[in-house]
Amino acid sequence: MVEVRAGEEGFHPDDFEDEEVPHPRSWWTKYVFSQDAKVVALQYAGTAIFVGFIALVMSWLMRIQLAFPGALSFIDQDHYYQFITMHGMMMVVYVLTAVFLGGFGNYLIPLMIGARDMAFPFINMLSYWFYLLAVLILLSGFFLPGGPTGAGWTLYPPQALLQGTPGSQYGIVVMFASLCVFIAGFTMGGLNYVVTVLQLRAPGMTMMRLPMTIWGLFIATIMALLAFPGLFVASLMMLCDRLLGTSFFMPAIVQNGEQLAHVGGSPILYQHLFWFFGHPEVYIVAVPAFGIVADLLSTHARKNLFGYRMMVWATIAIGVLSFVVWGHHMFISGMNPLFGFFFATSTLIIAIPTAIKVYNWIFTIWRGDIHLNVPMLYSLSFIVTFVVGGLSGLFLGNVAVDVPLNSTYFVVAHFHMVMGIAPLLVIFGAIYHWFPLISGRMMNEKLALAHFWITFLGTYAMFFTMHYLGVLGVPRRYYELGQTAFIPPSVTSLNIFITVLALIVGAAQLVLVYNFIRSWRHGEVAARNPWRATTLEWQTPDMPPPHDNWGPQAPKVYRWAYDYSVPGAPRDYIPQNQPEARA
Amino acid sequence: MIVAGVILVILVASVLFHLFTPWWMTPIAADWSTIDHTLRLTFWVTGAAFVAVIAFLGWCVYRYRHSETRRAHYEPESGKLETYLGIATTIGVVFLLAPGLVVWNSYIHPPADAAEVEIVGQQWNWFYRLPAEGGKLGRADARFVTAENPLGVNPYDPNSKGNLIVNGGDLHLRVNKPVKILLRSIDVIHNFYIPEFRAKMDMLPGSESFFWVTPTRTGTFEILCAAYCGTGHPFMRGTLVVESDADYEKWIAQQQKFTAMNEQKRGFAALPATGQEK
Repeated sequence: MVEVRAGEEGFHPDDFEDEEVPHPRSWWTKYVFSQDAKVVALQYAGTAIFVGFIALVMSWLMRIQLAFPGALSFIDQDHYYQFITMHGMMMVVYVLTAVFLGGFGNYLIPLMIGARDMAFPFINMLSYWFYLLAVLILLSGFFLPGGPTGAGWTLYPPQALLQGTPGSQYGIVVMFASLCVFIAGFTMGGLNYVVTVLQLRAPGMTMMRLPMTIWGLFIATIMALLAFPGLFVASLMMLCDRLLGTSFFMPAIVQNGEQLAHVGGSPILYQHLFWFFGHPEVYIVAVPAFGIVADLLSTHARKNLFGYRMMVWATIAIGVLSFVVWGHHMFISGMNPLFGFFFATSTLIIAIPTAIKVYNWIFTIWRGDIHLNVPMLYSLSFIVTFVVGGLSGLFLGNVAVDVPLNSTYFVVAHFHMVMGIAPLLVIFGAIYHWFPLISGRMMNEKLALAHFWITFLGTYAMFFTMHYLGVLGVPRRYYELGQTAFIPPSVTSLNIFITVLALIVGAAQLVLVYNFIRSWRHGEVAARNPWRATTLEWQTPDMPPPHDNWGPQAPKVYRWAYDYSVPGAPRDYIPQNQPEARA
Repeated sequence: MIVAGVILVILVASVLFHLFTPWWMTPIAADWSTIDHTLRLTFWVTGAAFVAVIAFLGWCVYRYRHSETRRAHYEPESGKLETYLGIATTIGVVFLLAPGLVVWNSYIHPPADAAEVEIVGQQWNWFYRLPAEGGKLGRADARFVTAENPLGVNPYDPNSKGNLIVNGGDLHLRVNKPVKILLRSIDVIHNFYIPEFRAKMDMLPGSESFFWVTPTRTGTFEILCAAYCGTGHPFMRGTLVVESDADYEKWIAQQQKFTAMNEQKRGFAALPATGQEK
């Protein structure tokens, strides 16, 4: 293994030795139980996208119920609440976290830092199989008596454990068991990503030469390693309350006229543990998206990233601050109201580094040479949706303004825009950007453009307008609004509008799947480094990269990741592994 | 060209939608207009930021779109620009946060002369408890709940005597009189939500929470639950009547007293043996 003392005075990239990776010996170890991070990445992403489609179908069913109550007779109250619960938990944990860290993390970290593989390839492989096991346990809820849990995606006690809640018999148990397995698996992958970034960078790849994609994945992984234990212990304690009769979260409760055998527990304690994980989780999804979008903007605007050092420090600041803002999910939870002052202040402070990132993305394309190709379009749409979702977060983070908006559709609109749609648009942009590297072929641009416009305009119209339902005060988590005095009939019209868009946008995702599969076999063969990018993953000897990424000679790094349009240079980009032009 | 045009259309359409939306705050019925002001202020500040950022983005896309002759500018950092924008953002944040904290401070400090009313949630009904004239609310615990004592009022607390229990009826409040609303649940988490009041708070089993409000106009309002409390959550409704002092006196004279309720049904004997406070 190579020891990289990057950044030290006087080293020369040629001083370093190469490393070796285990080579697969059979079909099984090459494609199934592979220790190659690139294969693990595709396994992670493929599984996550499969789960994503299940969650998408559930969102359709919910939207149909909201716009046309009772139209589908099989969607009763139990099913509706099971759909919202599973849609939320799947999308946040099993889709977004897994795609960014398990998918892009595995594929890009070794390649972009110039390593041959992860630091611990076997543990890395195991991480995926734990993830798959967690997914299977989660999905088993659908086939158990009573179905999956319908406790709401936050799984608050006492509701989640009480009879009468859908899936309180088995669904809730498999939910928490699945989360525990997921976290165990993630910890294996996460430690790997961190150690790999710290230890296996190519000679010359100092921390301050890392592309923002790697910074995003690196910071997000550290955050996840610190945040997920909160959810892990909460899950274990909930399982104890449910299975062993403890009362961690269960106070004295009367249900159906009977005193339950619990006393003294604190439902608020669960909320603290859940959101201690839950808020960093938002940034665990967002920070890799921040990093990837910075690289996409820079590459496709042919311009250096604006304010690289500021971007790195803003990312670190967001990572640190995200651990002291969780209480803004609990302003009206009944916790000590004095906490409101602290959490509102910390939450609005986090808006400052976040805003700096937005400015720097836009200044990156300012005075650039903007190629409006599909990855660039997705990056621009990310900025638009993230700005809307971020700004609506200033309402909810400011404690007094949160009071009327809490538990309304404003919250639903906000978090879908900021951590659903915006990161998803980055995922799509990243798929179109890195598809040539992964497959050696280009995706069809016409299909990609159709997919882009439907997805971006559709989701924007859905979630922008939805904010205003919340301003009116329409409460979320209602199976049906029924007759409610303050809700005018026009709300139904808007709900129908949103539902129709949701059906169209959801269906449009099949265009991406079709394009992906078709291009994989029949796409136009990609040129080497088709985007003329500087980062190392495009400088591999073959495309797609071979098993050990680099063939006989691992790369050495001589410059930062953003030497685009350098004055005097013959081309408008200089790859990171190109030595200084010496006379 | 097209892309910059679409960004412009999105910007204009969003602003127009905001100006002409039929979905806006319900007419307020409490003196939490400070909350509405802070909300409107937040719309102004974030709206200005939205317009500035998206307009600049659209302009950049238009102005610097690719052409054969264009070459990007090379400027890794501009410390000055970043500092100015950081300062401007900080000022905007302070401008939003300061009034928010002031309003929150008044939200969590009920006036000393506020009347008290307790709201108790149980899947999926609302119960209310009021002190007798000049009296206090007695303590309560879910462990005291019986068929005769559905709210779990502590029968050993002298203050419980004379408490008025509203089981199944509407809640009435006096107009223009501040009231501290004490919140409790005997099963899962609920949330007492009247959109016209703007104020709300979760109701927890095992502990008590509160908010306060001064109703400012008479009328009938619908009470909703705003915390998911099981499959009956959308149907957990109640009715609040805000009325003049005279009408309120008439209503309160008809309410049942806690002791009267229990004597009728001889409920004390049925109390559980555990968890009693002597």
